[in-house]
Amino acid sequence: MTAHANELAVDVRGLRKQYGDVTAVDGIDLGIGRGEVFGLLGPNGAGKSTTVEILQGHRGRDAGEVSVLGADPANGTRAWRSRVGIVWQDESAPAELTVRETVRHFARYYPRPRDPEEVIGLVGLEGKAGSRIKALSGGQRRRLDVALGVIGGPELLLLDEPTTGFDPAARRQFWELIRALAEEGTTILLTTHYLEEAEALADRLAVVTAGRIVAEGRPAALRERYGTEATVEWTEPDGAPRSERTDTPTRTVAALMRRFDGEIPGLRVSRPTLEDVYLRLTGQEDAR
Amino acid sequence: MTTTVVRTRADAVAERLPSAFGIGLQRGALELRQFFRQRDQVVFTFAFPVVFLFLFASIFSDDVEGAGITASQLYVPAMMAAGIMSTSFQSLGISIAIERDEKVLRRLRGTPMPPAAYFLGKIWLVLVTGLMETAVLLLVGTTLYDVDLPSDATRWFHFAWIFVLGLTACALLGIAISSVPKSGKSATSVVVLPFLVLQFISGVYIAIDTIPGWMLNIGALFPLKWMCQGLRGVFLPDSARVLEQAGDWEFGRIALVLGAWCVGGLALCLLTFRWKNRRDG
Repeated sequence: MTAHANELAVDVRGLRKQYGDVTAVDGIDLGIGRGEVFGLLGPNGAGKSTTVEILQGHRGRDAGEVSVLGADPANGTRAWRSRVGIVWQDESAPAELTVRETVRHFARYYPRPRDPEEVIGLVGLEGKAGSRIKALSGGQRRRLDVALGVIGGPELLLLDEPTTGFDPAARRQFWELIRALAEEGTTILLTTHYLEEAEALADRLAVVTAGRIVAEGRPAALRERYGTEATVEWTEPDGAPRSERTDTPTRTVAALMRRFDGEIPGLRVSRPTLEDVYLRLTGQEDAR
Repeated sequence: MTTTVVRTRADAVAERLPSAFGIGLQRGALELRQFFRQRDQVVFTFAFPVVFLFLFASIFSDDVEGAGITASQLYVPAMMAAGIMSTSFQSLGISIAIERDEKVLRRLRGTPMPPAAYFLGKIWLVLVTGLMETAVLLLVGTTLYDVDLPSDATRWFHFAWIFVLGLTACALLGIAISSVPKSGKSATSVVVLPFLVLQFISGVYIAIDTIPGWMLNIGALFPLKWMCQGLRGVFLPDSARVLEQAGDWEFGRIALVLGAWCVGGLALCLLTFRWKNRRDG
């Protein structure tokens, strides 16, 4: 193990993966610092899950260099596995066991696990600790998945679409959990196709589409860089709605004021949201 | 400086990893707990060979000419052998295929659990359930069908090694066959058919002197035939030896065949075992 404290938690260069004729990952570079929360954002089939599975060591790659916590995941040792926590997209847990039995049992796999009761509390399952897993709701099972992902006290947590199928309230609760883990210093990589989730959680995010990263940066910076154009909307006297995209909305509004001589009917000036930026970047603009 | 500190920590992690044997014990306890909580599975696993023993041994109960035993007595060791194979080969073949399909295996592979611990856990499971199954069949056999418990230590010794080697060989074959079904849903059919065929050609349902020689020879390639033969040697009087193909119990050859299957089965498992479904790449 040749780990440096200041090295990147995840360092990926030129990653490629083909499935037959389909290129799932087409030259991805990623650098995730220690303690960072990084979001991999993109539509379904963009190559997010494949990328994460390669980082977990559960899928081979065709080309590229990958270093996760200083090691190549393709030859991950037991010691390495004990430092990486994984929450898959589709999980299942032993239905006949209780939450507490399962979390306690998984704790035994690790050299220095967290306290099982504390972890059960962290994911908000105290009230269900004695329940069989088959009796849990979808959201509760997902929280158990996270509990099993963090029970070993990982330095890096890989979450693949952690909140798919959650209702809004459950999603908010889940965000709090991720924030709490990030606060403790865990490096977190999460994939999601929910933009608001990436914006709420990630220090930095990369937008992936068709196996490539098309944009990367802090959420606010992305919005600024790709979304400077504002949209000015108003209503003509004959009732027809009009809109104009412009880099200088103030000038447009001033011109309108002169034309209408005062109040402009139906005036609205808007900046693109991160969602607009995202849809434009992933070529889904027409979907709106 | 930082490098040294981190390196020491990584080494410390490697040193403190829990042992495969210890985790294997824990997994065994967990597997048993899961098994016994599925009540219908427990009832059917244990009832199946008992019901079959009852049916066959009650339907065919005449004296076997020149062997000094009844047909019912023949069925007791035969169903015990089949019971050992069903708790090991059949239950592992099906349950591991389902665990693979439901991604239980993949999740385990993502933890620092040593792979050997998983297999140790399964071995504890089949050891306990196999012993219970055998005990139940023996109880039925001794109370209903005039089978006597062995009176000498040699026979008990034969019983012990036939049980252990037979169970191990069948468990390993079960782990190996679990990789064959494409999904958990098809696992039962894939595993049960070869098991049924083997039961017919190994002298479980049909007495060996009725089965055509070529079928018996195919059956002799697999462990079940030898387990049946060995258990007959343990629980039937020596006068019944005349019914065997070789006219003898052949304990030495049985040990050799079962031992070979343990080694071969282990190799097969190591070569074919997959933590993921085929379609998961």
